[in-house]
Amino acid sequence: METAQKNRGIGKSDEPMLTEPFSIRRIRKETFDTFSLELESGRSGGGFAFSPGQFNMLYVYGIGEVPISISGDPTGKKVLIHTTRAVGTVTRAMWKLKAGDTLGIRGPYGTGWPVEKAVSNDIVIVAGGIGLAPLRPVIYHALANRDKYGKVVLLYGARTPEDILFWKELEKWRSRFDMEIHITVDRATGNWRGNVGVVTNLISRSPFDPRYCIAMVCGPEIMMRFTILELQKRGISDESIYISMERNMKCGIGLCGHCQLGSSFVCKDGPVYNYGQFKEIFGRREM
Amino acid sequence: MENLESILTEHPFLKDLDKKYIQLLVGCSSNVVFKTGDFIFREGEPADSFYFIRHGRVLIETHIPHKGTIMIRSREEGEILGWSWLVPPFRWHFDARAVELTRAIALDGKCLREKCDEDHDLGYEIMKRLALIIAEGLEATRLQLMDVYGNSTKE
Ligand SMILES: Cc1cc2nc3c(=O)[nH]c(=O)nc-3n(C[C@H](O)[C@H](O)[C@H](O)COP(=O)(O)OP(=O)(O)OC[C@H]3O[C@@H](n4cnc5c(N)ncnc54)[C@H](O)[C@@H]3O)c2cc1C
Ligand code: FES
Repeated sequence: METAQKNRGIGKSDEPMLTEPFSIRRIRKETFDTFSLELESGRSGGGFAFSPGQFNMLYVYGIGEVPISISGDPTGKKVLIHTTRAVGTVTRAMWKLKAGDTLGIRGPYGTGWPVEKAVSNDIVIVAGGIGLAPLRPVIYHALANRDKYGKVVLLYGARTPEDILFWKELEKWRSRFDMEIHITVDRATGNWRGNVGVVTNLISRSPFDPRYCIAMVCGPEIMMRFTILELQKRGISDESIYISMERNMKCGIGLCGHCQLGSSFVCKDGPVYNYGQFKEIFGRREM
Repeated sequence: MENLESILTEHPFLKDLDKKYIQLLVGCSSNVVFKTGDFIFREGEPADSFYFIRHGRVLIETHIPHKGTIMIRSREEGEILGWSWLVPPFRWHFDARAVELTRAIALDGKCLREKCDEDHDLGYEIMKRLALIIAEGLEATRLQLMDVYGNSTKE
């Protein structure tokens, strides 16, 4: 797991919980219930350094704060992007915001995906549902540094074709010769002509070398459990598998214990974990 | 041109199967091609074939009144299609439609059942391989039923 090298660290000085106002430059509706916010800091100089996989705490003024992964390009773009599914109080309030409105941001926090460890290896990204958002920065990074990696494979599962995130980008990446993308949906109607079935079905026929490969998995826990089993069947070692965990959070910086998982705090020791080191805890019912 | 024996030998379903059994299966096999939009089989029809897909994509579907056609599963190159030929009443439970030009080897279900009955070692090999696929299918179906991505679409 890797952390940002040039971490600008909003809210990390004397007042670690302090947020910085970011204004919404653009809102993109991704699906029926999921949207991306492009955010800009008022501070001159801009820029928001982060490692793929890290998250920010987003404060909707007067409503509350939620952890959301950064889904934008880590390669020095000025704009900060978060992709959020509206599920409850805060995320629904966020969905109602308009361009020009302001959000409080602090971060980036947590561990990132092992993009450095993956150098010279194949990268296999397995994403389910909104789980593609925290993994998108890995794709940007890998494509910006394409010669450093072996095969780059994305296996993405969504509930239905209407739930597929980042359509345009997926199409663009699919047309490249140096990246493999396989998408599947749990069920479909209408004119869909692609794969139907769970994302784990894609693993057995995916073209990567299990001996020299790093797998990065993000999605609902049950999907990650079955994905790990399939990756193991292909011969990938547990130490080469990374997963991203979600737990309710409050402080986001390892102070309150809200996000405790076994002996670790997801906000500080995660959200990205090495499965080899984490397997005793992962999937345990009481956790 | 590739002959049936070499095509069957290379199909993942028959990986490492003894050559003598492959030769037995050749006697039940034929090459088939389906154009985009062709139905390979339809729900309720006699299930008389077992398909080894060589190329293309097939969607397994069902029709629900007032909801239309629901696609449940896809099958692609290297996969098999259909096992209703194995279990009475030997009728298909779903429709299967080619959504791309699809090439496959069709094994005659009755012929295959007879060969398996005559030689139980062959029967056991086929059943072992099918059991794995049926178990995987069951697991995948459970995951689909759990609806792990939550109720995100409007319906
Ligand atoms: C490290 C980390 C990164 C995250 N990254 C993202 C991200 O990039 N995009 C994103 O959309 N979400 C992400 N989440 C999840 C997000 O933080 C929660 O969805 C959010 O906190 C919900 O807050 P709320 O006030 O809107 O919902 P609440 O009012 O707290 O919850 C309302 C209802 O929604 C349910 N619910 C809560 N969270 C979820 C969930 N994640 N999925 C389905 N149902 C849920 C609750 O069980 C409850 O029934 C991340 C979480 C963590 C810990
Ligand atoms: S959220 Fe407070 S310790 Fe993790």
